[in-house]
Amino acid sequence: MAETAVESSNELQQEKKASKLAAISKFRELGLLAFIILLCIVVQIKNPSFMTLGNLTDMITNTAILSILALGMMLVLITRGIDLSIGATLALSGMLVAQTVSVYSGLHPLLAILMGIGIGTVCGVTIGFLVSKIGILPIIATLAMMNIFRGMTYTISDGQWISSYQMSESFVSIATSSILGINTLVFIAIIIYIIAFYFINHTRTGRQIYAVGSNPESAKVSGINQTKILVIVYSIMGGLAGLSGVLWVSKFASAQGDTASGFELTVIAACILGGVSIAGGSGKISGVILGAVLLGIMNNALPLMNVSPFWQSAIQGAIILFAVIVNALVKRGVDRNNLLRRKI
Amino acid sequence: MEQRTLDQNEYVQRTLKNKQEFSLKKFFLQWEWLLILVFLLVIVINTSLSPYFLNAAGLRDATMVFLDKGFIVFPMVMIMILRDIDISVGSTVALSSVIMATLYNTLNVPMGAAIVICLLVGALCGLINGLLIVKFKELSAVIVTLATMILYRGIAYVILEDQASGNFPEWFSFFGWGSVAGIPFILIAFTILAIVFTLLLHKTTFGRQVYAMGNNDTASRFSGVRVDRIKVIVFTLAGLMAAITAIFLASRMGSTRPNVAMMYELDVIAMVALGGISTAGGKGRMIGAIIAVFIIGYLQYGLGLINIPSQTMLIIIGLLLLVSVAVPKMKWNWKFKKSGSKRKLE
Amino acid sequence: MPVKYTNTIKGAKEMKKILSKWAVVGLAVGLLAACGNEDAAPGGEEAAAGGGTDGKPTYAMVFKNTGNPYGEKMMDGFEEAIKEAGGEVILRAPDQPTAEGQIQIVEQLITQQVDSILITGNDIDALQPVLEKAMDAGIKVLSADSAVNPESRMVHVNQADPELIGRTQIQAVSEMIDGEGQIAVLSATSQAANQNLWIEWMKKELEKPEYENIELVKVAYGDDLRDKSTSEAEALLLQYPDLKAIVSPTTVGIAAAGKVLTDKGLAGKVILTGLGLPSEMATYIENGVSPAMFLWNPIDVGYGAGMTAVALVEGDITGALGETFEAGRLGEKEIVEDGEGTQVMLGEPFRFDKDNIGEWKEVY
Repeated sequence: MAETAVESSNELQQEKKASKLAAISKFRELGLLAFIILLCIVVQIKNPSFMTLGNLTDMITNTAILSILALGMMLVLITRGIDLSIGATLALSGMLVAQTVSVYSGLHPLLAILMGIGIGTVCGVTIGFLVSKIGILPIIATLAMMNIFRGMTYTISDGQWISSYQMSESFVSIATSSILGINTLVFIAIIIYIIAFYFINHTRTGRQIYAVGSNPESAKVSGINQTKILVIVYSIMGGLAGLSGVLWVSKFASAQGDTASGFELTVIAACILGGVSIAGGSGKISGVILGAVLLGIMNNALPLMNVSPFWQSAIQGAIILFAVIVNALVKRGVDRNNLLRRKI
Repeated sequence: MEQRTLDQNEYVQRTLKNKQEFSLKKFFLQWEWLLILVFLLVIVINTSLSPYFLNAAGLRDATMVFLDKGFIVFPMVMIMILRDIDISVGSTVALSSVIMATLYNTLNVPMGAAIVICLLVGALCGLINGLLIVKFKELSAVIVTLATMILYRGIAYVILEDQASGNFPEWFSFFGWGSVAGIPFILIAFTILAIVFTLLLHKTTFGRQVYAMGNNDTASRFSGVRVDRIKVIVFTLAGLMAAITAIFLASRMGSTRPNVAMMYELDVIAMVALGGISTAGGKGRMIGAIIAVFIIGYLQYGLGLINIPSQTMLIIIGLLLLVSVAVPKMKWNWKFKKSGSKRKLE
Repeated sequence: MPVKYTNTIKGAKEMKKILSKWAVVGLAVGLLAACGNEDAAPGGEEAAAGGGTDGKPTYAMVFKNTGNPYGEKMMDGFEEAIKEAGGEVILRAPDQPTAEGQIQIVEQLITQQVDSILITGNDIDALQPVLEKAMDAGIKVLSADSAVNPESRMVHVNQADPELIGRTQIQAVSEMIDGEGQIAVLSATSQAANQNLWIEWMKKELEKPEYENIELVKVAYGDDLRDKSTSEAEALLLQYPDLKAIVSPTTVGIAAAGKVLTDKGLAGKVILTGLGLPSEMATYIENGVSPAMFLWNPIDVGYGAGMTAVALVEGDITGALGETFEAGRLGEKEIVEDGEGTQVMLGEPFRFDKDNIGEWKEVY
C-alpha cells in the first residue's frame, strides 16, 4: 500500500499518507519478527544447541538460496504474476553448468556463475515474452514452462547425474569458500539484496514495477511500458533462478534431473509469509527476508527439536497457517487504529 | 477511505472489461470448438501412431485410469472463475483416503460408514479453506491453500506414519474397476457429476452469481449476492470432490498411504486452464474443462502406447498447454489492438 | 509491429484451416477405424498374443522414476539381457516416483500386449490390482530391486538379501567405530519400502550382545532431497555431539551426509557408511569421510531380471520354488523362498573402499 501511495499525484497528501503507512508497515514486520523470536525461544528451550554460532551459520547458509529466489518471486508477485517454473529453471541451469564444468574443469567459477545467470535469464525472457507479449496468464505460462524446462533437463542429462568427483575443486568451493569472513553464498545473497534495495527504491524502473502491480490500467495511462516491465521482472526472476542453480549444484556437489522439484512452492511460501500480496502492488524486501528466515528456522529447528518425522509436515503447515493469520490480525488491528486516529 | 477509492477504480475497469467480454462471446463459442478439434486431432494422431489405440477395451480402461483427477476439475472451474485457486486438493485426497482406510482397518468402522466419513472429511477440509479465505480477506486463496496443503498431508502422515492401509472389502473395488453394462462405473459417475456441475454453473442462480463474482466481486456484493457464502460453498465442493477422487483412487490401488495424489493440483489446474477458464476470473465454461480432461488423458495414454519417454511427455503437455492458450490470445490481442488503433484514428 | 500482427492473423487463419481439414479427415478416419475395429479387434488380439511384433517377444521394464542414474544402469543391463535373447525392449518410467504413474504405464503396456513386465515398485501393495490384471491377460509379471507383494508378481529378482544388507551395514559400522558409540540412520522417505526393510534388519542385528555398546539414537528421513538430507545430517551432528557414525542406506542421503562431513572437517571423527552409487560417493571415499560403503551392481540387477523375464516368457520357469534357469553371464540361478512368495537372489552387497572406488566411479 505504501508503494501505491507514492505513485499518487497529490504531494502533500502523499507525504502524510506515506509516513503513516510506513509506520504501519514497520509495525507489521515487527509482528512477524516477534513471531520469529518467540519461535526461537521455544526451540532454544527444547534444544540449547540451537543458538550456537555453528548452527546459526548452517541455517543462514542453507537459507541463502531460498532468500535469493524469494527476492525475484517478490518482484513477480508485485506485478500480480506468479512463477511456478523456477524450480525447473534452477535444475536446467544447474545441470547445464555442471555438465560444462565436468568437461572443462578449468572453467573459472565466475564464468560458471555468469553462465548460470545467462541460462536462467533466457528462460526468464521466454516466460516474460509469453506473459507480456502474448498475454498468457502467468500461472499457466509458468506451469507449462515448468513442464518444458523439467523435461529438457531430463533429456539433456540423459538420466545421469553429475557427481562431485566430476566437478573441479574451484567450482565446488563457490559454496564453501568465504569472502570477508562471510560464506560466499551468504555474501552473494547480501550483495543481491543491496542491489535490489537500490533498484526497487531508487530507480525509475523499480518504482514502475510497483505501479504496474498496484494498478495496471493507470500505469498504462501514465505511460509506463508494461511489456518492458514484465519482461524485466521475469528475466530477473529467471536470472536469479539460474544463479541459484549454480549455487545449488556447487553447495550440494551434485546435479540431478529432479533438483529442486517443488521448491517453487517453498519460495512462494517465503514471500507470502513476508507479507507480499498475491494481488500485486505490495511487498517489501525486509518482509521477504523475514519470511525466508522463518522458513529457514523451521527447516533447521524441526529436526533439532526431536519431533517425530511424521509430525514435521503437519507442524510446518500449522505454523505457516498460524503465522499468516496472526499477521492478518495484527495488520487488521493496526488498520483499525489508524482509521480511528484519522477520524479524530 | 483509500480502500474504497481503489475499489471504485477497480469497479470502473472491470465494467469496461465486461463490455469487451460481451462482444467476444463468439470467441468463447469458438474456444470449445477448438478444443473438440484438438481432441479429434489427438485421436487421429494417436490412431495413426499406434495400432493399439483405437481399441474399445483399451480406451475404456484408459478412461478408468485418468478420470480420477477429473472430479476435482468441476469445482476447480468454479474456483478459477472466482479468480481464486485451490492447491490443497491433492493433500485433501490423501487425508480423506487415509482417514477412510484407518477407520475401516484400525477402528473397525463399517466400510459404508467409512466412505461417508471420507466424504465428510473432504468437505470439511474444503470448508476450512473456504472459511479461512472468507474470514481473513487479506489472505488470498493461494496463501490459505498453500498452508493447508502442507497441513492436510502432514495430518495424513501423523495418522499412518510409514504404513499403507488397504484390505478393503471385495465390493469396494467396484468403484475403481467395476462396470455397468460395459461402461466403467467411474465414467458413469463422472458423466452424472459433469451434468450436475454444468447445470449448476450455467443454469442456476448460484452459477450466475459465481460468474458475477468472478467479473466483479464488489459489484456483486453491492447487488445483494451473498459473496462469502458462495465462496465457502465452492471451496467445500472442491473438498468434497477431492474425497470422491480419494474413493476412486483408493479403490483402484486397493490401498492408500499418505503420499498418494502428489501434485494432483497442478494436473487439475492444467486441465482447467486448457479448458479455457482463465485465472483472471469470470470466463470459461464447464464443457471446455471437461473436454480438456479427455484431451490430456487420451494424449498421455496414446503417447504412452508408443512408449514416449516421460520427459518428452512433459515437454509435449507443456507445449500443448502453451499453444492452445496462446493461439486464441494472439487473435484476442489483435482484435484489441485493431479496435484500439481504430479508436485512435477516429 | 503491424506486420507482425498480420502475420499472426495469417498464422491463426491458416491454422484454423489446417485444423478444420484435420478434423474432417479425423472424423472420417475415426469412424472408419471404429467400424473396422469392431471386427478386427478379436482377430488382432490373437495375432499379437501369438507373436507380438515380428514374432519377437516384447519385454517391458517400468522403473521408479525418470532421470535416476541407478535406474538407467538397471535399464542398460535389462536391455543387454533381452538383446542377447533376441527380444524387443520397452523401457518406461513415470516422471515422478509415484504408484499412480506406474499404474498408468502398466495399463498402456497391457494394451500393447507385451509379453512380460518387469517392475521396480514405488509401492508394495498399490500396484496389485493392475498387475493382477496384467497376469490375467497372460503377461509374465516380475519385480526387481523394489519388490511388489507376492500376489502381484510371479517372482522377485532380489539384488541382495535384505537381511544381509541390513546386517552387513551394522557389522561394517561396528568395525569402523570399534564397537562403541552412538550411531544414527539417515534414510530416504519414511514410505520407502526397501529402506524400511533394511533398517528393520539393522535394528535386529543391533540386538546381538556384541553391539551392546552401540546405540542407535535416531532414524532421520531426508526424503531423498539434497536440501532436506543436508539439514537432517546437520541436525544429527548438532543434536548428538558424541555421534560416532551415520549410516545412510540411500544414495542422496549418503552423498549429502558426505558433503556435510567434508565441509565441517569431520573426516575421521564421524564415520559415514551405507549404500550409495560409487560415482556419487567417490569424492567422500577418497577423502576419507567414508572408509567404505556398499552397493550391488545395478547393471547386473537389470541383466539378471532380464534373464529371469526371458526364462518366464519362454516357459523355462513359472516362478515356482526350486526351479532353476540359466541366467546368461550370471550363471545358473535357482528360485528360492521369500516369505510368501519366491525370488531369485543375485548376490551380496559389494564393498567399495579407497582401493576399488577409482575403477567403479566411472561405471555407475
